[in-house]
Amino acid sequence: MNDLEQNRNTGIVSGYRAVVIGGSAGSFQVVTRILSSLPVNFNLPVILCLHRLKHVRQGFVEALNLKSNLKVVEPDDKEIIRNGLAYLAPANYHLYVELGNYFALSTEEMVKFSRPSIDLTLDSASYFYKEKMIAILLSGANSDGADGMKMAKKRGALTLVQSPQEASIKTMPEAAISATTIDHILKTDDLVELLIKLNGVNLRN
Amino acid sequence: MNNETHLSFTSVGDISLTDLKKLVTFIKNNFNFDFSQYAMSSFKRRVARVLQLYSISNVDELISGLVNRRELFDEFLKEITVNHTEMFRAPSFWRKLRDQVIPLLACNQPIRIWSAACSSGEEIYSLAILLQEAGVYEKARIVASDINDRVIAKAKSGTYWIRSLEVNEKNYQRFEGKMKLSDYYVTSGDNYIMNKDLLRNVSFKQFDLVMGSEFSKFDLILCRNVLIYFTPELQNQVLRLFNNSLFMKGFLAVGEKETIAFCKNAEKFETFCAEERIYRKISE
Repeated sequence: MNDLEQNRNTGIVSGYRAVVIGGSAGSFQVVTRILSSLPVNFNLPVILCLHRLKHVRQGFVEALNLKSNLKVVEPDDKEIIRNGLAYLAPANYHLYVELGNYFALSTEEMVKFSRPSIDLTLDSASYFYKEKMIAILLSGANSDGADGMKMAKKRGALTLVQSPQEASIKTMPEAAISATTIDHILKTDDLVELLIKLNGVNLRN
Repeated sequence: MNNETHLSFTSVGDISLTDLKKLVTFIKNNFNFDFSQYAMSSFKRRVARVLQLYSISNVDELISGLVNRRELFDEFLKEITVNHTEMFRAPSFWRKLRDQVIPLLACNQPIRIWSAACSSGEEIYSLAILLQEAGVYEKARIVASDINDRVIAKAKSGTYWIRSLEVNEKNYQRFEGKMKLSDYYVTSGDNYIMNKDLLRNVSFKQFDLVMGSEFSKFDLILCRNVLIYFTPELQNQVLRLFNNSLFMKGFLAVGEKETIAFCKNAEKFETFCAEERIYRKISE
């Protein structure tokens, strides 16, 4: 775990650099729940790759901002990734994290019928952040994200999946669970609690 | 090319940066294309995709394949450079171009336009239809360039797989064109073929934005969703090329989520439409 430090009291490690969340059908409410529960001083970037209508550019980021304690933006190509902001993958683009802590967008072919592809975001983000990343996969009706979670796990990231029992559509979390080792399978409330605890540790250090 | 891939990238092991560099150097030395400043994540993924498509197990094997089979390089180039596009992609951009930009150019004789990465031609047909419906096509002189001869041939043929029709039709409707898209093509089996008349004022040219230098001056340059594949340094270099290739007050349009703001050469442009990423040259 290299630079990650285990906190004696909470058992939670600090030193994370990013939270990456993938979701599809049934994930919107979970995402808004997370964004509305995180403290305003949340100290990591939250990178959201959510399946969405290809041709609708407006509305989604505005809808998230209504509830979110963190400012939600759609990054431009080559935009620097900053702590305390939430980034939403734009419609009809893949969202990559580049070495150097900035985003790159792409119009490559769809992957698993998806653009943005959760697999591509998780893969590129974990290539950069390695064990300093928290990868979260939520409700969804296809298997996008499973390969990405597998790569993230391989590179040491903390992998979290929404509990299939709770998820509106369990296909996506289940695909990830069967693809790789998931560190914690959690209900939304527990997921939020973990992120808040983690922020506390991150801020103290 | 298939629009959708079911290839899983996890079956290819991670390609190391060392291997990518080795490949880039090999290509530079043998084929005179420079990929050294392509954005890493997508380039890595494109290379992994080539390995999978051609059942090649690693970069060394790819290099020896390229040494032995020159024609493999054409395939490689086609896969590496991203050619996924749609007609009237981001329809609100095309409406803005029609309603705000073209009227300012309509008095020019001729209207000189460069489509700087025309790919398989969807952008060219979109542009030609737009100009025709605006009644200014006859004045237009369009240069359509791409790094890849093969996709230029496809652009010239104007022949597309029927499966891409639905999205193109929808985009055209959202563009609020005057006609029906079907007025501009005929179907033929699994394909539809665009009306060749739309190309009468278009000249095609093989051109590499990385290695090339300016060859003419234009009133409008379209370069949409190409800069995303470049590093910030290369974006800046290409922006200089565009600046040199524009008349004063000429327009540059990039993709809807691309920005020139991170480039030093951005100071030579003003923003004409922030939402649709249309810029205007204001200094040399």
